[in-house]
Amino acid sequence: MPFPILSAIIFTPIITGLLILLIPGERKTEIRVTALAASFIALALSTWVYFSYNTDIGGYQFMEKYDWFPQLGISYFVGVDGMSTPLMVLTGIVMFTGVLISWGIDDRPREFFAFLFILASGVFGVFAALDLFGLIFFYEIAVFPMYLLIAIWGWKVTREYAAMKLTLYLFIGSVIALVGILAMYFSSDLGTFNMLELENANFSPEFQKFWFPFVFFGFAVLGGIFPFHNWSPDGHVAAPTAVSMFHAGVLMKLGAFAALRVGIMLLPEGARFHLPWIIILTLVNVVYGAFIAMVQSDFKYVIGFSSVSHMGLVLMGFATLNGDGMLGAGVQMFSHGIMTALFFAVVGVIYDRAHTREIPKLGGFARLMPLVAVAFVVGGLVSMGMPGFSGFVAEFPIFMGLWRYQPWIAIVASISIVITASYIIRVIGRVFFGKMPEEFVGHFGDATVLDKVALVLLSAILIVVGVYPTVMVTMVESGVENIMRLLGGA
Amino acid sequence: MFTSISLDMIRAVLPEIGLAILALLVLAFDLAWRGKGKRGLGWLTAGGLVVIFLLTLFFSRPGEASVQVWGGMLRHDWLSFSFTLLFIFGAAVTSLFAMDMKPLGQKGEFYALMLVSTIGMSLMASSADLIMLFLAIETTSIPLYILAGFYKQDNKSTEAGYKYFLFGAMTSAVMLYGFSLIYGFTGTTDIYAITEMVVTGDVALPLAIGTLILVMVGFGFKISVVPFHFWAPDVYEGAPTPVAGFLSTASKAAGFAVLMRVLLTVYADPEVIPYWVIVVAALSVFSMTLGNALALPQKNIKRLLAYSSIAHAGYALIGVAALSELGIASVVFYLVVYVVTNLAAFGVVAAFWRISGSDQISDYAALSRRSPKLALIMLVTFLSLAGMPPLGGFVAKFFVFAAAVNAGLVWLAIIGVLNAIVGLYYYLVVLKVVYLFRSEEEDKPIPLTRPYAMALTILVAGIILLGTLFGPWAEWSTRAAAALF
Repeated sequence: MPFPILSAIIFTPIITGLLILLIPGERKTEIRVTALAASFIALALSTWVYFSYNTDIGGYQFMEKYDWFPQLGISYFVGVDGMSTPLMVLTGIVMFTGVLISWGIDDRPREFFAFLFILASGVFGVFAALDLFGLIFFYEIAVFPMYLLIAIWGWKVTREYAAMKLTLYLFIGSVIALVGILAMYFSSDLGTFNMLELENANFSPEFQKFWFPFVFFGFAVLGGIFPFHNWSPDGHVAAPTAVSMFHAGVLMKLGAFAALRVGIMLLPEGARFHLPWIIILTLVNVVYGAFIAMVQSDFKYVIGFSSVSHMGLVLMGFATLNGDGMLGAGVQMFSHGIMTALFFAVVGVIYDRAHTREIPKLGGFARLMPLVAVAFVVGGLVSMGMPGFSGFVAEFPIFMGLWRYQPWIAIVASISIVITASYIIRVIGRVFFGKMPEEFVGHFGDATVLDKVALVLLSAILIVVGVYPTVMVTMVESGVENIMRLLGGA
Repeated sequence: MFTSISLDMIRAVLPEIGLAILALLVLAFDLAWRGKGKRGLGWLTAGGLVVIFLLTLFFSRPGEASVQVWGGMLRHDWLSFSFTLLFIFGAAVTSLFAMDMKPLGQKGEFYALMLVSTIGMSLMASSADLIMLFLAIETTSIPLYILAGFYKQDNKSTEAGYKYFLFGAMTSAVMLYGFSLIYGFTGTTDIYAITEMVVTGDVALPLAIGTLILVMVGFGFKISVVPFHFWAPDVYEGAPTPVAGFLSTASKAAGFAVLMRVLLTVYADPEVIPYWVIVVAALSVFSMTLGNALALPQKNIKRLLAYSSIAHAGYALIGVAALSELGIASVVFYLVVYVVTNLAAFGVVAAFWRISGSDQISDYAALSRRSPKLALIMLVTFLSLAGMPPLGGFVAKFFVFAAAVNAGLVWLAIIGVLNAIVGLYYYLVVLKVVYLFRSEEEDKPIPLTRPYAMALTILVAGIILLGTLFGPWAEWSTRAAAALF
């Protein structure tokens, strides 16, 4: 038997989390070092999976399957394809940098890292799951710890409200999807939750049309689809830095990914029937999200709403149901994940020092922390879809796919690029350049070394994917091929 | 009629024999031990129950076919076997929780009464005769009335005992009237003989439904579903916490065992089935919705758990309404998870009360700083109640909803999942108090004595085990369910 690498990735965080709980709470350094080591292992293993995935063969690889409850056809079945492999790496990166950024957490770090790692295991599990039971199982593991992480370590002003709102939204979504999954299970008559077998279940068109919205919206809530996006900016803002990074960087992808895996791939007829009107919702996401981001005065809310806008692009790419759109959406999930993690890391670094996020009250940070400013500019360029950065690699195919689908939607959606540019440039101008307010001068220094390591790592990845897109595009293409096969070619 | 006593017959009542001996032993040692030594009664009870548990597990295992023994009074099958083990487990944990509660744990009567009640429960799960069933229910209930009012000096406890007694006596009477009517229509009290008669259609439909309603009153009280739930919050609040835990878990599970057996035998007439499915589904919807809604404004943790347990009875009834082997199996699994989880919840409450003397939710503030361990146990427990993976509650809910969808009761499953969200909300509110709020007493630690630490560790391990490696347990439940079909 080959080394069960996916299981190793999935269970490293949660086991570490439980071990951390056994360390006495006062030994904070020990706790942090353990956390860092574990996240590094997860990152290394997922990177290894990424580079040893064979894109020529495509399909699902590194599969592992064990019976869980065979009477109901429940198995522990994991494997990755071209769509999920980049997301595994993404999770590894965000986890690793998240630990670096959270080094300074002083209030009960033991519980913080334990909950964060339980969440990370859930995320890895969803991306790798090939069994519907396993998927929903890990999905809910990923949703729940968010509540505690935000409520305990979040921003004092809104944390209770935001944490509860987020948890209830996501839980409602997941249980609605659960009912849909059960309906799929029983009507397929295959007696299995195995997704590869359910792909060939040939559900009747009526069934698909009826149940598609349950499953799709149930998961897409976590992807931030309009009009169920409301939890997301509140959640981002209230969360502590590492959790915001996780939340916007990885968790929202979880929703989009599950909506794709379960909704579009297993119920293709339903997708074809419903997506034409759903694409309008995603258009609202993209354009409206960008406009709202533009008028925010809170730095973190700007990023929060920009996530809503960018995740709209992901869902929109899926909704085109053509190869270009899917490809773009796949890359966008990765690119946006890294970019938004970078943004939130920068916001965290600044807030930790200035203790305010009001854009008008900030200024001149570039002189004080040049590296942070550069990192933010890199993220900004990605966000605007500038060629040479990963954002371009992602957004260009999405717009191509959209054009192929319906040119006017592409035109309307492209407004968002302009708006994005305007708010990003405004933030760069106000926060990093301009004059530093009197009360800040001389009160604080540059970012810590660990912060810098995290920021450099994140920016470097954005540039590498932008300059050398093949490193990711071939991978995602092989995943898209599989999806298009299920959709009956296109 | 004389039947010689065979090995089968002894094996069938092995746990009852063991429990009776243990109860007498406890009383004897209660006389012998004095002062501080009385705490040892708890260890004696718990240890004895462990022995009985193992004996039952190895020697009282039923064969493939169910057998009716003791002149048709008892039925020895996987259902009764599984539930008996569950009751013994619950009693063992309860005695550990009670040990360090003063003055509860220092009294031999407490342990003896609890053991007698356990005998009643295990007989309830195996009764195959209406008269035996009634006796078993009374044997269970009468000790529990006394236990609920155990603190004679405490008005709330006295009230709890009295209220529980009044409700119990009333509903028992109604149920007994239903039994007498069944006997009148069929001429026999043997449940399985009745089954044969009703299936051949000897009983008129209106009469069957009439008795059904009367009988459901008694069962509804035992499992505390709406509208027979009014006693639960007051009794849980007033009764000593370990007793409340025992009431809400073992006693409720026993009620479910009886409910499932009677519905699937006495009311197995295909014409009657649709009626009771509607009744059960309605009870389930009202229990879930009302239980969860009324849990929202509670300020006292025991009242909150009371309403939550009403809601949980509603979830479990979904599986009964689904009326399939999967449905019944899901109920059995649900009850196992529920018993383990809710015992842990009451254990935490008891451990907290012992130090702080309070059951108010607001006093749980900063528990995570006063005792990170206890807070973590509470987190696991409440999340399992809310149905979060990787804990038992998730798998249990999953099976129940799956059974409902499978039976075409999608609407019931949807009401169930919506209720699960309401449930999640109030469990989170408690956890928020525990983890988020500060308090002036946060530097006063809450030490756990050894019995608590032991019992809670076992329960938490159980919750996680039931949520991850659920295969064997689910298979066991399927086997127990098959005994009814």
